[in-house]
Amino acid sequence: MRPTDVTDPAYYHRVVDCQWACPAHTNVPEYIRQIAQGLFTEAYLTNRESNVFPGILGRTCDRPCEPACRRTRIDEKPVAICRLKRVAADHRDDVTGMLPTAPAVKNGKRIACVGAGPASLALANDLVPIGYDVTIFEKLPRPGGLMRTNIPSFRLPASVLDEEIDYILGMGVDLRCNTPVDSMESLLREGYDAIFVGSGAPRGKDLDIPGRHDSDRILIGIDFLESVHFGHITEIESRVLIIGVGNTAMDCCRTVKRIGATDVKVMARRGRQHFKASPWELEDAEEELVEIVENHSPKRFVIEDGILTGMEFDVVEWYDDNGRQKSRTLETVTIPCDAVILAIGQDNAFPWIERDIGIEFGDWDMPVVDRTTFQCTLPGVFFGGDSAWGPDNIIWAVEHAHQAAISIHLHCAGASLTDRPPQGMNLLSEKMGLHQWSYSNAYSHAVRAKMVHVDLEQRFRDLGVEVELGFDPAQTAAEVQRCLNCDVQTHFTAELCIECDACIDICPVDCLTITHAGNEAELRGRLTAPTIHPEQPLYVSAGLPQTARVMVKDEDVCVHCGLCAERCPTAAWDMRRFELLQPYAGKPAGSSKYPPLPLLR
Amino acid sequence: MTTSIPKPRIHHPSLERNSIGLTRRDYEGSMSTLCAGCGHDSVTAAIIRAFWELSIPPHRVAKLSGIGCSSKTPTYFLREAHGFNSVHGRMPSIATGAGAANRDLIMIGISGDGDSLSIGLGQFCHAMRRGVRMLYVLENNGVYGLTKGQFSASADVGTKAKRGEVNRNEPIDPVLLALSLGATFVARSFSGDREQLVPILKAGLAHRGFAFIDVISPCVTFNDHEGSTKSYRFTRDHMREVIAADFTDGAVRDGGLDGAGNGHAIHADPGDETPAESPDLVPIRTEITAAYAPGSVHEIRMHDGSTVRLRKIDENFESTDRDAVYAYVRERQRAGEIPTGLLYMEPEALDMHAMEGTVARPLVDLAFESLCPGAGKLDALMEEFR
Repeated sequence: MRPTDVTDPAYYHRVVDCQWACPAHTNVPEYIRQIAQGLFTEAYLTNRESNVFPGILGRTCDRPCEPACRRTRIDEKPVAICRLKRVAADHRDDVTGMLPTAPAVKNGKRIACVGAGPASLALANDLVPIGYDVTIFEKLPRPGGLMRTNIPSFRLPASVLDEEIDYILGMGVDLRCNTPVDSMESLLREGYDAIFVGSGAPRGKDLDIPGRHDSDRILIGIDFLESVHFGHITEIESRVLIIGVGNTAMDCCRTVKRIGATDVKVMARRGRQHFKASPWELEDAEEELVEIVENHSPKRFVIEDGILTGMEFDVVEWYDDNGRQKSRTLETVTIPCDAVILAIGQDNAFPWIERDIGIEFGDWDMPVVDRTTFQCTLPGVFFGGDSAWGPDNIIWAVEHAHQAAISIHLHCAGASLTDRPPQGMNLLSEKMGLHQWSYSNAYSHAVRAKMVHVDLEQRFRDLGVEVELGFDPAQTAAEVQRCLNCDVQTHFTAELCIECDACIDICPVDCLTITHAGNEAELRGRLTAPTIHPEQPLYVSAGLPQTARVMVKDEDVCVHCGLCAERCPTAAWDMRRFELLQPYAGKPAGSSKYPPLPLLR
Repeated sequence: MTTSIPKPRIHHPSLERNSIGLTRRDYEGSMSTLCAGCGHDSVTAAIIRAFWELSIPPHRVAKLSGIGCSSKTPTYFLREAHGFNSVHGRMPSIATGAGAANRDLIMIGISGDGDSLSIGLGQFCHAMRRGVRMLYVLENNGVYGLTKGQFSASADVGTKAKRGEVNRNEPIDPVLLALSLGATFVARSFSGDREQLVPILKAGLAHRGFAFIDVISPCVTFNDHEGSTKSYRFTRDHMREVIAADFTDGAVRDGGLDGAGNGHAIHADPGDETPAESPDLVPIRTEITAAYAPGSVHEIRMHDGSTVRLRKIDENFESTDRDAVYAYVRERQRAGEIPTGLLYMEPEALDMHAMEGTVARPLVDLAFESLCPGAGKLDALMEEFR
């Protein structure tokens, strides 16, 4: 193995597992430390820089960061990163004066966005402050897209949503509600410098089995949620079946419980390990006494005298057939019900994009979109969010928007879209004294804090009662200390090492080895502790001065306690805080996105 | 915060357990307060590894020390063992008493060049003569660290102190001293060479007698500069391993420590009860076969069933007799080398218990009537002297 190049921001970035896993690369350890110090506003702004919607995401994010959290690899649950994000959002001061604003003189470029969901809003957030005029066309009366219509208010209060959307609209976005775009061709004729399609995946999948069109009590999940949101549906029958077991199904089953249903079953074709819903959303639904039924494959709707009375299912068992899961029917059952909601996925729909204007469509009638530039085959037209490659989470839409904004900025400047601005990094020593670091390096054995919920009776009283109460101060104080500060890197300077072994002896998790150089596979066989996760990187130093051996560190389970650096007599090991500097449209890596904050209070 | 955080009580998921179910972490002590990078901390880590690999129950161990940086280190390993931090240089007396009272204790003494070669030189010599059954580790750094770095009695002629003064006094070489005083296990190693040190420590723990290891253990604060002959770099550049030792734990190989985890494999050997090796008889000495070729392996079976394999690296080295080893070490040192390895071993030599004919069981296990036979017996004894 060649010596590791730690001047490449990607190396240390990868060590910060949460930040690496986050599509927007939010600086998680930094905002958790800010929360620990009570700097909620700063923590909020740290979040907002990359993920734009901290309050919304602190309640609704799919949390790719949490399964990646290093704590899971030392036998424990991950840090409650998402809940801490909400803490920052809930306790921040007024940030309106600290947000980017549009410049007095615009750059004369006009951008059109289709759909006012998270992708278009995040795009406007990047482009308006650098002088663009952004117009967003939205078919519904209010902006927010699926964040507003598909996420029930008991999970995401409207006030939280409105506030964060208004931050962006307040920069001076030309939002045109109730204005659907019916033709891409005519939009192109309006002379915008670039067009961004952020129209989502607005069509709920249907289930074409016998009886489907014989009753009006069979509803499509996302349409149902939208109707409830706008007050078009205010009540439902008592017995409701939800078909499908993704997060939309969870929102549907919990919503119907609040508008009259008493007997709610979520019907799944497969076993629990295959459910698409996030584990915590399943838990929350089950807490509300929703029954989740496994291995029931829908067969037909039972209609008697024009009235839906139930639904017939094949009860199946699954078996392995040469690596493919197949099912066999054990029996057929009828489950009585008064209404059925189909929540089996979403499709994209672009009936408004003409197929002869240069925008190429590929598999599944999806536009062909470049994975790096987000541009389709018609130069100047970009896609992001669910409309690019199908349904995903809000945080992905935000990152798509950041990248599309960079592309649009390059496009408008006539530059190559593939010539993208590089990431940068800062690396600063945290050393304060002999045994003192400017981060809390002690290991906390606290267990993950459990979110407290409003009691069942109270939450069913009103559709708008937010179920999660947020962490209390004691929970917050304990949870922030569970963070291992993975961004405080163990930085090694080979020339200083005298090979005294002090670091190796003190390391609680045996992640250091001094040994002769070799290739990675062979080197992994000679480590102090065996490799558990080969996908986790090995750090390898240059040859050491006295014996020409190398220092090897398996990053896998390092808890960043800093003891190697404390026991190092020559400061060959140092704890240095790594900060990933991300470029945004018109803002090279390292240029501050926000005006400087007032000094620490 | 002015003190370090404690070492977190978490570990690598693959941390192994030994045959008595303990992990290496169970053999640790409290956090070291020695200077960062001290060689002594490496020796401590090697000791932890040796005890763990031998599956020795910590409560069967007595840690003994005197005064000095080295003598602080028993606090940093085997937190569940017995310990006695004695007066400066007097650890050998305490060890002699402890060993006499309880021969089942596994004794490890930690000392330094100040404690053993200056104030405690006499004590050190007599413990060797007596053959106290213990592992005696001398952490040798050539300076008095606790009093800010004056030359110690092991400082070489010509070595430079940190502030530039040059030592003119002849050093006391503990290895030569041990060879001349009849020590039955003599080794030299280096804190920075764990592969060498751990097997020697294990062999020393299995040795029935006085096992002496001189460990060059650099002082990072006062003696790790250019001009020092006890620095990390100087030691690495000048040490020559002349004989390599591998240790195979017979007890483990033969199915663990007597099955019940009572851990009688080390020292509390059945030899004391079996007539063939009874202290009353002259033991059948396994002669170390005279000449074996460089690279060839010579096996020595220890009392507890374990095996030490010696592999000769320098063909001129003759570990067969004390005088040859003495001459060899002198000669190599004059040539500017530091010969290391398990230099001399006499596995069948008599130890203190054999020589003094001590009672075979720890005093604590003897019935009160045996320990205190009463006035009648005393009178009878006195009568013999009249």
